[in-house]
This record gives sequence, structure tokens and C-alpha cells, in this order.
Amino acid sequence: MHTKTISQLSAALRSGEVSSVELTTLFLERIKQHNPALNCFITVTEAQALAAAAAADQRLKAGNAAPLTGVPIAHKDIFCTEGVKTTCASKMLDNFIAPYESTCTAKFRDAGAVMLGKTNMDEFAMGSSNETSYYGAVKNPWDQARVPGGSSGGSVSAVAARLAPAATGTDTGGSIRQPAALCGLTGLKPTYGRVSRFGMIAFASSLDQAGPVTYSAEDAALMMNVMAGFDGRDSTSVERDVPDYSADLNNGIEGLKIGLPKEYFGEGLDDSIARVIDAAVKEYEALGAVVKEISLPNTGLAVPTYYVVAPAECSTNLSRFDGVRFGHRCDDPQDLFDLYTRSRGEGFGAEVKRRIMIGTYVLSAGYYDAYYLKAQKIRRLISEDFRAAFEEVDVIMGPTAPSTAFKLGEKADDPVSMYLSDIYTIAVNMAGLPAASIPAGFADGLPVGLQVIGNYFDESRLLNVAHKYQQATDWHLQVPKEFQ
Amino acid sequence: MSVDQSDITKVALLARLKIDEADVPQYVDNLSNILGLVEQMSEVNTDDVVPMAHPLDAAQRLRADEVTETNQRDKFQALAPQVESGLYLVPKVIE
Repeated sequence: MHTKTISQLSAALRSGEVSSVELTTLFLERIKQHNPALNCFITVTEAQALAAAAAADQRLKAGNAAPLTGVPIAHKDIFCTEGVKTTCASKMLDNFIAPYESTCTAKFRDAGAVMLGKTNMDEFAMGSSNETSYYGAVKNPWDQARVPGGSSGGSVSAVAARLAPAATGTDTGGSIRQPAALCGLTGLKPTYGRVSRFGMIAFASSLDQAGPVTYSAEDAALMMNVMAGFDGRDSTSVERDVPDYSADLNNGIEGLKIGLPKEYFGEGLDDSIARVIDAAVKEYEALGAVVKEISLPNTGLAVPTYYVVAPAECSTNLSRFDGVRFGHRCDDPQDLFDLYTRSRGEGFGAEVKRRIMIGTYVLSAGYYDAYYLKAQKIRRLISEDFRAAFEEVDVIMGPTAPSTAFKLGEKADDPVSMYLSDIYTIAVNMAGLPAASIPAGFADGLPVGLQVIGNYFDESRLLNVAHKYQQATDWHLQVPKEFQ
Repeated sequence: MSVDQSDITKVALLARLKIDEADVPQYVDNLSNILGLVEQMSEVNTDDVVPMAHPLDAAQRLRADEVTETNQRDKFQALAPQVESGLYLVPKVIE
């Protein structure tokens, strides 16, 4: 039962083959057994989960259940959950019990999904390896000496180890897609504005977007049917109808035009990854798709530009943590300045401080035009590359990450090398486009992800394209040995 | 572009971050490396490019100027390190 997709679990709950309390108990047991080694949960909400499961069973019995009613899921600890500790994996929020619920988690709660707990992550979502968490690194279930990727590392590790059948994540520069690739899962970053950011602790507001982490595209569609939609409480939420993401899954993809950006297959890409991606593209050709080489000439500028825009926005957003109203306060402050600087100096970890410093520097007097304004202009050039490409092709494909999961500690002391592990994912956030990572095979026993990028609001097509591949292959159903 | 120790001290002050004296050299290294990466931007001609602030070039949505939030002061102050009579307490600011 623990290796079933949420589509299968939803059916099993409906037919009465299993109850939500039984399912929830099963996953809570698995968390107890495996979390000490993997460290994917910061908080396990056992009592609330069992109560929610009992309520879901009532609702199933009464015949007014939604598709996810009774299905256990995990939430990244970046979403505020009322009455439950919400830390963003930071010492700053170690004592923070959220006084309200994020829109995203509220929608899952109202749909009857059962929250198992809050997952570990890079501190304030800043990281690509899940090593910056105040609560310690998360391990990759495929090889526990390796990172799961980040920043949604806890969500992805939990789902990959079958400690939860699905989870939420957030993606500012690749934080859903890169860990999904490194752990062999399906991860979707929706179009900017598609999922509400209300109650999702902000990192870089013009880039942040929540999305699902699942085994299959079919499951991701079920999650998106709950998550997506306009929210008046998020000023950047998009007022646009939400389609039924499950409706187009089985559409044929004969004649689908796939663009392969030559910049995604050059220097820096491991040969073993390139071979897996080539094989996946061949599979698509066998399914009737047409492949064409394209160019995204400003690809190389995405990472440099991101490391201006994201730290600038982070330094602004994180100025709210001042030790006055909530969060960590230093002992015995001498004056207000001492209170601010020591509370923040003690509350934030090294990577967060680094990014606040960069952001403050690029926004400081005399530098704004040279850095932030320049970055916003290059951001437009990056977006124009995609706009031109989508006049020729329906979707863009390439690797999600340049290598498989790296060893814990391998890049921890070299921020720039760590930043470059998001080289293929960051441009998508800069442009605000939707993109998925789907399991496409293995290199030296470690999962490899295929990235599929779509045009604005084309999530249905992305899921359709992913689903057709998953009907023809079984990479997405592979389970690490220890967790079968 | 590289930064020196006095830049780090100044930026830390602006960011209201207490940084240990011993960590300053590491910040100099890290920030210089990151700014080195960022430096690639300067090679691009962006003379006639309009800056992009929002991925969909959307404008801020406006709403009617009406009170929609209820007062939850007690609930929010329950999280604060130090409050008194509904006020947040900080060290004395004015003598």
C-alpha cells in the first residue's frame, strides 16, 4: 500500500479497500521507522493527522469526498499551518507557531487531505542540497551519503522513501525540479501566479511559486486541481480560470514539437546525464513527437542575474525578522540596535546571511542601477528567448540538473559551485514559466530527471506530455531498495 | 568586482546583521566570488531594454479602501518575545 500513487490510494479509499486512518497510521509508522536516518521531517503532526483521517473517513462514508479526501500528504515547512510549528528550517522561527493558515495548505485541508507533518528544507529555501537547514541535512534515499537536492529536499526525500505518497514544495530557482530529479520523482513548478503565495514564507517574491512533488504526472494533476487558483490575498495571484488538470492527460502527442536548446547540452553537462536525456528524447520521437534544435542564447546569464534578483528580494523580505514581534530574540539586548543585529546574527544561518549581505550590497546607494536594474533588464532578455522559442515549438526539453546527486559536504564550502547546480532550472523562474522534472532513467544507480518547460499557463500540456512518457516507461515507479 | 573588509562591515551595518570579526575574511571571499559570477552581466548591452519587474508584466491589483481584516492583536502578540498592555516592548530608545 505504501508504494501506491495517490490516484490509486484515492480509488482504494473510495472502494473501502482501506480507510484513511489505516493509511495515515501506515505512513506515520514508516516516518517513525525511517525519519531518524533520512531527517526529512521537522515536525510530525501525528495527533492532528489521525483526527483529520477519522474526519475524512466520515466524509468518505457520507459520500461527499473530494479526490484527495483521506489521502495523507506532507507539506514543506515554508507554509504557515495554524497552530503548528512553522520554522522555514531556521533558528529564527524555531519558536514560531503559525497564527494562520496558508491558502495552499488550507485548500488541501478543505479537500480532506491529511497532513502528516512539515518537511525539512534549506533554511528559508536558500540552497540546492538541503544542507543549510538549522535542523540538519536531509539524506537521499537512493544513497544516504548523498544530498537529496534542495531546497524542497525534505518533501522529496519523504516521497522518494515512500514516507508520504505526495508532498508540496516551492521553487524559486529550481527547488522543486532539482531535488525531484535527484531523487527520481515528478515535480512541477507552475506558472508564476498560478498557486497562491499567501502564507508561504517569502524568499524572492517575484520568483517564488509552490507546486507538487509526486510519483507520477497523473498524481501531480490531482494535486494541481487542489492547489491552483486565484487568491485575493496574494497581490500577484493571477485571475484566470483553472482547468481540470486531469482532463488532458491522455491526449495524443503525435506531432508535438519539442525544442532542444543547444545551450543545455554543452559544457558542464555530465556525459552520463546526456545519454539518459538523449534516450528519453528518442522515446518521445517513438511516441510521435518531432524534435528540433533551438537556441536560448542568454542561458548563461540566468545564474548571474538570479544571484542579484533573488538576494535583493530576500534581503528586503527578511528585514521583517527583527526580534521584536515574533521569532528569535537575543538575550539581554543592550539597546535597540543591539537587539536587531544580535537577534538576526544569531537567528540566521550562514547561507541566509550571505544572501542578505549580497542583496543589501546590490541595493545599496550607488549600486542599484549597476546591479538590480541591470539584472531586471537581462531578465527581460532571458524571457524573450523563451517567447521566441515558443513560437517554434510546443515544449522545451533538456536535463533538469547537470549531474546526479552529489555527496553531502561536497559543495558546502563553495557557494558559487553550489549555485551552478541550478544552471538549467533558474531561467524558468526568471521568465515565470511552468516546468516539470520527470524521472528519465539512472546514471551509476542514481536517478536522472528530464526537464520539460512549457509556455505560460500550459501546465495541462506539460502534465499530458509527462503522462504519455510515464505510460510508456516505468522510471517514475522505481523505489529505492531499502524502502520497497 | 571584489569587496574588502570595510565593505563587509558597512553592508552588515546596513543589513542589521551582527557578524563576528573572525568571519569577516570569509565574507570578503564569498561575496567577492559571488560578485565575480554576477559580473558577467556587465558584458551585455541592455541600452534599450525595459526592466522586467514581474514575469507576466502584471500591474498591482487594487482593491476598495475598506477594512477587511479583523483585530487579532492578542493572538499575534502571544508570539512576541515581550509585550505589555498590548504593546511590543524593546529596549529604551529615547532617554
